[in-house]
Amino acid sequence: MSAAEAPVNQAPVSPAPQTRPPGSAATSDRRPSTFRSLARIYPFARPAMPRIYLGMVAAIGASIVALLIPIVLQGLVDGPMGHGDPAQVVPSALLVLILGAAEAVLISLRRWFVLTPATKVEADLRNAFYAKLQALPVSFHDGWPSGQLLSRAVSDLNLIRRWLSFGFVLLFVNILTIMIGFVVLITWNWLLAVIFMACSVPLWVYGYVFESRYSVIARRSQDQAGDLATSVEESVHGIRVLKAFGRGRHALRNFERQAEDLRGTEIAKAKAIAGIWLWLLLVPDVAFAICLVVGVWLVSTGSLTAGQLLAFFATATVLRFPIESIGFLLSMTFDTRTAADRFFDVMNTPNTIRDPEHPKTIADPRGRLVFRDVHFRYADTPEGHPDLLNGVDLELRPGETMALVGLTGSGKSTLTALTTRLYDVTGGSITLDGVDIRDLTLSELRTHVAMAFEDATLFSASVRDNVLLGRPDLVGDDPDAVAKADAVLAEALDVAQAGFAYDLPDGVDTRVGEEGLSLSGGQRQRIALARAVAASPEVLVLDDPLSALDTTTEVLVESALRRVLAATTALVVAHRPSTVTLADRVALLEDGRVTAVGTHSELLAGNDHYRFVISSLEDDEQGERDATAFSGGTAASEPRGEGRRS
Amino acid sequence: MSATTVIGVEGEERGDFSEEESRQIRRRSLRLLGSLLRPLRGRVAFALAVIVVSTLAQVVGPTLIGIGVDQGIASLTSQNWWPIAATGAAYLVTGVIGAVTVSWYTVMSARISQAILFDLRKRVFLHTQRLSLEFHESYTSGRIISRQTSDLDAIRELLDSGINQLVQGVLYSGFIAVFMFINDWVSGVILFCSLVPLYFLTRWFQKRSQLLFRRSRVASAKLIVHFVETMTGIRAVKAFRKEHRNENEFGDLVEDYRDVNAKTIQLFGIFDPGLVMIGNVTVAVVLLVGGYRVALGALPIGVLLAVLLYTRRFFDPMEEMAMFYNSYQSAAAALEKISGVLEEEPSVPDPEHPVELGRASGHVRFEGVSFAYKQDRVILPRFSLDVPAGQTIALVGSTGAGKSTLAKLIARFYDPTEGRITLDGVSLRDLRPEDLRRAIVMVTQEAYLFSGTVADNIALGKPDATAEEIRAAAVAVGADGFIRGLPDGYDTDVNKRGGRVSAGQRQLISFARAFLANPAVLILDEATSSLDIPSERLVQDALQTLLKDRTALIIAHRLSTVAIADRVLVMEHGRVVEDGSPGELIAGTGRFAQLHAAWRDSLV
Repeated sequence: MSAAEAPVNQAPVSPAPQTRPPGSAATSDRRPSTFRSLARIYPFARPAMPRIYLGMVAAIGASIVALLIPIVLQGLVDGPMGHGDPAQVVPSALLVLILGAAEAVLISLRRWFVLTPATKVEADLRNAFYAKLQALPVSFHDGWPSGQLLSRAVSDLNLIRRWLSFGFVLLFVNILTIMIGFVVLITWNWLLAVIFMACSVPLWVYGYVFESRYSVIARRSQDQAGDLATSVEESVHGIRVLKAFGRGRHALRNFERQAEDLRGTEIAKAKAIAGIWLWLLLVPDVAFAICLVVGVWLVSTGSLTAGQLLAFFATATVLRFPIESIGFLLSMTFDTRTAADRFFDVMNTPNTIRDPEHPKTIADPRGRLVFRDVHFRYADTPEGHPDLLNGVDLELRPGETMALVGLTGSGKSTLTALTTRLYDVTGGSITLDGVDIRDLTLSELRTHVAMAFEDATLFSASVRDNVLLGRPDLVGDDPDAVAKADAVLAEALDVAQAGFAYDLPDGVDTRVGEEGLSLSGGQRQRIALARAVAASPEVLVLDDPLSALDTTTEVLVESALRRVLAATTALVVAHRPSTVTLADRVALLEDGRVTAVGTHSELLAGNDHYRFVISSLEDDEQGERDATAFSGGTAASEPRGEGRRS
Repeated sequence: MSATTVIGVEGEERGDFSEEESRQIRRRSLRLLGSLLRPLRGRVAFALAVIVVSTLAQVVGPTLIGIGVDQGIASLTSQNWWPIAATGAAYLVTGVIGAVTVSWYTVMSARISQAILFDLRKRVFLHTQRLSLEFHESYTSGRIISRQTSDLDAIRELLDSGINQLVQGVLYSGFIAVFMFINDWVSGVILFCSLVPLYFLTRWFQKRSQLLFRRSRVASAKLIVHFVETMTGIRAVKAFRKEHRNENEFGDLVEDYRDVNAKTIQLFGIFDPGLVMIGNVTVAVVLLVGGYRVALGALPIGVLLAVLLYTRRFFDPMEEMAMFYNSYQSAAAALEKISGVLEEEPSVPDPEHPVELGRASGHVRFEGVSFAYKQDRVILPRFSLDVPAGQTIALVGSTGAGKSTLAKLIARFYDPTEGRITLDGVSLRDLRPEDLRRAIVMVTQEAYLFSGTVADNIALGKPDATAEEIRAAAVAVGADGFIRGLPDGYDTDVNKRGGRVSAGQRQLISFARAFLANPAVLILDEATSSLDIPSERLVQDALQTLLKDRTALIIAHRLSTVAIADRVLVMEHGRVVEDGSPGELIAGTGRFAQLHAAWRDSLV
């Protein structure tokens, strides 16, 4: 259910079962009770509660007024009409008019009291959720696709709001209305009242049965719709592949099969709905038919007046909606409970990467970055596998540029991610100018250390804002700040060879990212690099930031970077010899440890594994020919004959 | 296409259509609707007949109650049970008919709406696939996806409940009005008078809600984009301390969304009680007039009961019909956008009289070809080029020189603006699409993997491939080793846990895919950019054998790739500036010689 449809569900209650939200009523796993689960919303809802209670009072008032109208009718029929006294009809009709108007006013009061504060609760929940997600570490996000989080942030919170302002209120009010109505019916005639209420019982029973059956189908339909959406996404994101291989038809066949499954489920759903419709219409009609015959008989024997019979039917008509709604409101409550659970699942996730309680600060940052016996393993790594980083020792001197070299999968990117605490080490420590980075506030650490990633993420904002992301100090309309910002921007774009930004439709104010102009991979990388440079950190961490650039541009970027890096400590992940030449020294990552540190030429001369990893084709063409027996033929293992240093 | 037309997806984001433009858009979505309904007209007519019978059965009830009260009581006092028994039985029968036909109709209408949705889904999917890359590059993936997901959902919502509510509501209210007149024409006239305020209230609601729903959709879309962007870019968010600024930005979007939602709710908060008010006032007036006449003896009490019940029920479906506007509006907007996408003509159309080509040899010719995205942005000025079958060509040049464009022209991702490209003498425009795709395959830098197993992904190159063929392809490109190291080997699901595949490994898989497809012409656009050097070395080796008897076009940043080429084309500003064998060019003094020298130096 998309957010845009929220108003649909906000509309007045309809007894039609089609409008009930799909979801899981009465799920089998009983964790905390539904009541306790929903009570967790209370702290967020507290400011709105007084008005929600007032809304309940107004709703009860409206129900009572609606139930009063038949009583007036009864008096009218048995009084003035029975006696043939037309003049007396007017006051009663006026009373009905006043009551009718009062009902309308009370209904609008109920809505007015309840709904606006409830939207505030929803907004608060949404903001809190977002803030929590931003605070949670990257490892959390690795395990949660953004679609899952999105459906919590949008549809689950929507449902909670609707339940709070509507389901919760009406559940109470309607139960109360049924009870009052039953009492009113009994005062006229107990037999009719009992017949009518007895006939409603199958509705409740069937309503409950229907809910559990329907929720299973609805869940299946949601899953299948989700799968279908995934197919659509893949067919769009993978369009180049599908076109290149002419597999559009093939994809269509898969899609068609899934759409066909969904169609089957939707028709099964319609059959379930048809079943509940049958009961919802049939049962009251049977009740009315019996009550008609019995009622007329009672009138003929004189134990019931004509006015009471008429009022009975009028009251029964008023009660029809509250009776039918109970099943639907209960199912909404169960769905909301599921939504609340999904919301609090995330909210209660402990945040493992936080600011320290007693943060230290680096008075005079120099940029000395030291890894001491650093261990790291991903939480989902199977038992028995060694740590991905298995005791890394490395020291970066202030102002030094260190290249990090290793095979794919050796943990280079992971090592760089540890420097800004995107992940925390699982053993050992990283210090910056002698201070353990876990003793710094995250914001101080990330001011000192800036990163550029291979997978360059740009946000939906102007190029300028993207580049100056790490410089909140340069925001403002003050002319000095603007001039400074322009200068920083110009320099960063220059270093990253991203001058193309000035030629975009609106220059550096062109909006990029998902909502803006789409740039090529190389262009994105250069802007992301400019962003890291503009942050002017003490330590610059570059995770293979030039992979998508062509050779010419790469050479230009490198010479410019060398200028910038002269004063900055840098850790650069490198795949190519050309990037390595940027560095003062090179660290070789092998089997989770740094096995060698030295200049490029030193390592090239003295380290077999280094030569294997970094040197290109012609350099060791001969050596390779010898080694290309490639017994295992694997890309990740070394050719035979390459001695391992250990 | 000028900026002011509304043809296709043009102007989709605008909110200020002129009368003429709105009409044009409405016409095209009605045309689409008509074409969807046409094959189903028999079933639609039958469903309508059922719903008419059903509604009629539901509406008779109060009249029977009235008859029962008037005739039954009088007869019963003389111990005559017949009239009341007959009306009771009639009430029961109509009740059963009403209930059974409603549930029948519910299933029937679901079949119809699912048939429509199925048809529409397929059409949009197929059309999306047919549209050229040019379209996909300008119309973002997010938009084309929401056309097929949230927009189709809006239409589903309308078909599922909205249409039923409207049809049932209109029939229900219509029949009630008829029965009011049959029972008591005076009350019928009163009911008709209530239509006047009802009309104005509904008009007002319709106009206000239209604006609000548009705003609501925009607000929710912005909220979603911001949210997803934050979550997918969480590393950059954290690394650059954007959290706090994000909270402010997101907070503003949440507030916008809340505001428009609250306004929508308030709108209903006026409309809904307004309906109750009109209904209750009408009941009071019917009661006043009817009660007066009953007191005078001019109207039987049972008839008054019947018309009162009718009056109250008359307004029941109004609320649902108001909701119909709601879902109608989002569905109409959705249909407008979808019909816009369907109106887009593929700029690379399938040939009308396709020429078949058996086994292609791979001889590619560019004859007076030029290419421009728009008239004023020429990417490739007019040129001709002949690539003999079996030749391996390396395409070199800086970013933006037009290498990828040239490659995409061969793969017929685009068609040239002028001139033609031929494969074995047949223009690509005339070649049967299946033959074209079998003969020419392009592997790009973004090695996209579809959900499914590794084997499924490789088999995309040849859907009927056996497990041995798939493995052989993986072995040939050096991907077999890492694939066997995955938790379930070739059956590892690439999206599940443990299926973490790096960019380089993805490229290897897509290489295997191309190898399996076994085309006559292979185009590699930056296809090795993410491989580490040892893997690249393996791929280069594999390429030597792979490219032996086929035409190949290789674009690579790394000059090492050039070593395996028979011929090098150096491109600059869309023109081929150098053309020769690698040896010739290195020996010369041109651009390639310089590049090569710089590259040799960088190797130390």
